Amino acid sequence: MLRLPEFSYFQPTTIAEAVALKDAHGDRAMFVSGGTDLYPNMKRRQQEPRVVISLAKVDQLNAIEMRDGGIHLGAKLTLTSLASDQRLQAGWPAFAHAASSIATPLLRNMGTLGGNLCLDTRCNYYDQSYPWRKALGFCMKKDGDTCWVAPSSAKCWAVQSSDLAPVVAALGGRIELVGPKGARTLAAEAFYNDDGIRYLNKEPGELVTGLWLPEIAGARSSYIKVAQRGSFDFPVLGVAAWARFDQQQKIAELRLVLGAIAPAPRLVPDLDKLLIGRSLDDRQAIAAAAEVAWRLARPLDNTDQAFSWRKSVVKPYVERALLGLAAR
Amino acid sequence: MSEGHRIIGRNLRKIDAIDKVTGRTRYADDVVLPRMLYCKLLRSPVAHANIKRIDLSGALAQEGVVAAISGETMPTAYGILPVSEDEHALCIDKVRFIGDPVAAVAAETEHAAELALDAIELELEPLETIGSVEKAINTPEPRIHPGNRRGNIHKLVSLEFGDIEQAFAEADHVEEGLFHYGGNTHLAMEQHAAVADWSPDGRLTLWSSTQTPHYVHRVLAKVLDLPAAQVRVIATPNGGGFGGKTDPFNHELAVCKLAMLTGRPVKICLTREEVFYCHRGRHATLIQARTAVKRDGTITGMHFRTLLDGGAYGSYGVASTFYTGALQTVTYEVPHYRFDGGRLFTNKPPCGPKRGHGTPQPRFALEIQLDRIAAALRIDPADLRLQQIQPANSLTSNYLRIGSIGLAKCIKTVVEASGWRERYGKLERGRGLGLACSSYLSGAGLPIYWNEMPHSAATVKLDRGGGVTVFCGSTDVGQGSDSVLAFVVAEELGIDPYQIRVVTADTDLTPVDLGSYSSRVTVMTGHATRQAAAAARERVRSGVAEKLAVSGEQITFADGKVRVAEKGIELAFAEAVAIAEARHGTIVTSGSYKPPETAGKFKGAGVGPSPAYSYSAGIVEVEVDEQTGFVTPIKVWMAHDIGQAINRSAVIGQVEGSVYMGLGEALMEEMVYREKRNLVHKIPSMLEYKSLTSLEMCEVETFLIEDPDPNGPYGAKEVGQGPLLPMPPAIANAVYDAVGVRVDMVPVTPSRVMAALDAAARGKAPRHGPERMPQVSWPEPTRVTPPWAGGDGHAQRPGSGKQAS
Repeated sequence: MLRLPEFSYFQPTTIAEAVALKDAHGDRAMFVSGGTDLYPNMKRRQQEPRVVISLAKVDQLNAIEMRDGGIHLGAKLTLTSLASDQRLQAGWPAFAHAASSIATPLLRNMGTLGGNLCLDTRCNYYDQSYPWRKALGFCMKKDGDTCWVAPSSAKCWAVQSSDLAPVVAALGGRIELVGPKGARTLAAEAFYNDDGIRYLNKEPGELVTGLWLPEIAGARSSYIKVAQRGSFDFPVLGVAAWARFDQQQKIAELRLVLGAIAPAPRLVPDLDKLLIGRSLDDRQAIAAAAEVAWRLARPLDNTDQAFSWRKSVVKPYVERALLGLAAR
Repeated sequence: MSEGHRIIGRNLRKIDAIDKVTGRTRYADDVVLPRMLYCKLLRSPVAHANIKRIDLSGALAQEGVVAAISGETMPTAYGILPVSEDEHALCIDKVRFIGDPVAAVAAETEHAAELALDAIELELEPLETIGSVEKAINTPEPRIHPGNRRGNIHKLVSLEFGDIEQAFAEADHVEEGLFHYGGNTHLAMEQHAAVADWSPDGRLTLWSSTQTPHYVHRVLAKVLDLPAAQVRVIATPNGGGFGGKTDPFNHELAVCKLAMLTGRPVKICLTREEVFYCHRGRHATLIQARTAVKRDGTITGMHFRTLLDGGAYGSYGVASTFYTGALQTVTYEVPHYRFDGGRLFTNKPPCGPKRGHGTPQPRFALEIQLDRIAAALRIDPADLRLQQIQPANSLTSNYLRIGSIGLAKCIKTVVEASGWRERYGKLERGRGLGLACSSYLSGAGLPIYWNEMPHSAATVKLDRGGGVTVFCGSTDVGQGSDSVLAFVVAEELGIDPYQIRVVTADTDLTPVDLGSYSSRVTVMTGHATRQAAAAARERVRSGVAEKLAVSGEQITFADGKVRVAEKGIELAFAEAVAIAEARHGTIVTSGSYKPPETAGKFKGAGVGPSPAYSYSAGIVEVEVDEQTGFVTPIKVWMAHDIGQAINRSAVIGQVEGSVYMGLGEALMEEMVYREKRNLVHKIPSMLEYKSLTSLEMCEVETFLIEDPDPNGPYGAKEVGQGPLLPMPPAIANAVYDAVGVRVDMVPVTPSRVMAALDAAARGKAPRHGPERMPQVSWPEPTRVTPPWAGGDGHAQRPGSGKQAS
């Protein structure tokens, strides 16, 4: 079987201690929470921290509370607990649904909010064993300098495959960070960077401590995960929709985000003039919005399913996600 | 429960069930010996290259490394088939695919062994890579196997039964099509593992997760140059095999050699990625099928051409090639039949046998073609099949001897259960029903290597304490073969099956059984075990009869008792054994089985014959999303002619498992290589090589049709493979019923469904599939006069011209 390489393991009990350890060990260190992403990557030598700082004993990261006109979720909450939380199911159903769609029950019992938000970008040239990557020639994301998906590209095209990422961006969530210089928050959209290698706008010393989601009257959300199977799979396309409706059930505010087609979740721009003031019964407007999203999507050949197919189904799935905003 | 039987035909738990579910079963990777070393294999990073230099010194210098070897330590070539002994334990002159093993390291820990691989210097001179069947045909040099006489064409065969030209000339309608069946792999849950131990007196023991310990035994003796009597192979319970553990493997030889060199036990457990490289799975196959019919749908002739992407080595490939032509004739009457098959070498992991071995690919084409014929002639697809089922107790045009055939009953059963007559062709758009049928062997009629000995044997030992042990070389790969042995012995001796000890798959202890492949085990070990157990029973009977002065016929065996009803005598089984042992001495009996002689005498007649053929008919209901192309199976109705169930619940389990695997092949599984990227396997992991999970599995309603076969023990036939075969064509046929387009390829992926729908929308032929067949210089066929035309099974003499019929 594949074995983990040797590494030093720390188990701090406070956020401050965890951040100090990271500061002390620098680039050689990584945080681990559930380990469902990092440990397999370490076995395949995709990520090779010499120091692993576990958050297992940092109980401060387990909080879930209503705060500042929204909900605060600690980074160490498991995906299972997010999926089954009744406040989330009622107030942020797209978020709870996205959490429930990740991997398998066993992995959701281990995997955490922070881990999924920071999920390493994925690519089927990168998510391979060391001998496989060596056979082809290492790619630019690890040990090499070519992007095998697009060999003339100067940029890495590994895909942000978190199911939570597009939803959090659509919901207007804020990522809570603590680093050596203190705490700050970042809009979810700004947290992600459209580069498969430097895919998070996070300082190296910063720890994601939680997520805050706003509670907005009249808002509804939906998420559609497209994958071959009902379990295990990462998305090959994710569509997250959020809208605030006025008294007449017309769209007053809207955000549509595509996941799993690029190194970062993609906010579909320029939809306001198509959809603001419209109702979900306006199928023409919805089709026009789907067309905009379809033009934006440029998936490459680095996930499951034909990439041309992934682009072609953006339209029907965007339509379904928007229609999924209907009041229930 | 079947009439007259106490155990046979009941629903009983498998004898190993409790161990399996409580984690007590000891698989190969659970074998741990004192002082054991761990082995890792260095595998080729290049798809096709000459080996210029291997330097192991860097590895040997690493901490914890005890030994490292390369190919010259085992220069003897081997292969499962005597006609293609083209493998070496570790590559010597060249490497043939990414993953081909070139060196092996033994170290104190698995981690140390893995680190040592990176210190091995391997200098390779890359050669042109052969990535496709078409390229293999058109690129005779460089040869993947320099000794192969036809460039990169491994095998070409051509057989003609009757007069195919006449058959097509007489037809009212000819259906012609091209199909592609994607290559896929077994995906057994257990990765291959092996442990070797070498004793100072020169005895070698190998524990291995193999389906074929006897063949591994032969290869170890040959390659390691040891007397076979000094080699012991123990097949551990397999965590699934499906044909993926039927070849002798590099890693088995490597751990043996390393154990011999170090004097310490050596273990290897492959990673999942390495299992993808061992492969031996379903050949990707391009199929050209032509079927000629009369106006009423009666088949007058069939001509099949197949091209198999064999990968880098022979493996079972010659047999696989013949199997793509063998079983088209056993379901429906085909008076004139022609088959041309070709296997090509490519720089990919070698293909071999997977559940259904070579027959699902042509079956896919055949059952779609019948669906098309039914549509063209406006005949219900079920009726088209029912009107021309091969008769029972007959010889097919290619000399396969059919015994019982419950296919008509299978079809009628699923037609009735699914509401086919009311619903086929009448469901709302996006919903569809598809029907397909199949047949499979109950064991190959001939062994892998030519010999006249039994294919299977069993020994039964009775202990004076009432203990019964059955010894047999068969391997339980999860199919329940150990349980079959116990059930048969229990039936014959009238005792509780769970009291029987079963000792299997150990070449030192058990008589030879050829292995768990070709669905042979129930029929062949069943006969052998029944014979052995019956002989033991008769010893007990005669001992008791003498002692009690009664006639043997008065004695009955049931419920763990031996009774003489007329006299009101009831002995515990143990008492009866003790009486017989006092009379006869220790009671040890044996039985053995060899299949009946094959009817065909022509070259190539060895592939296809079987003591008995199982039959299946399946209907699947699907939902097709026309906007995305996703196909969702809703329900499967599967009827299987089992002859006689030995254990009903185990049979139903095999049917459901076959349906599950068939759906995986039909909908998502495919071995994909990046042709423009050094021919790397695109997705060698269980995450990205997609196979159904329990969430994708639909309801399956299974019907067992019991039409006992004269050649089966108690009438039993196979179930492990046959029920897989209807699924891929049934899915494709159901997609057609749902949305009116044909996908002539598996897997039927969303993008392929969309491509077919797009073609239809653009006014083109409403299908998606291969467009052309590469040109091949087929040999002159071996011509054989069919039985119905007075043939005797021999080939016509070359130059004797066309037959007169």
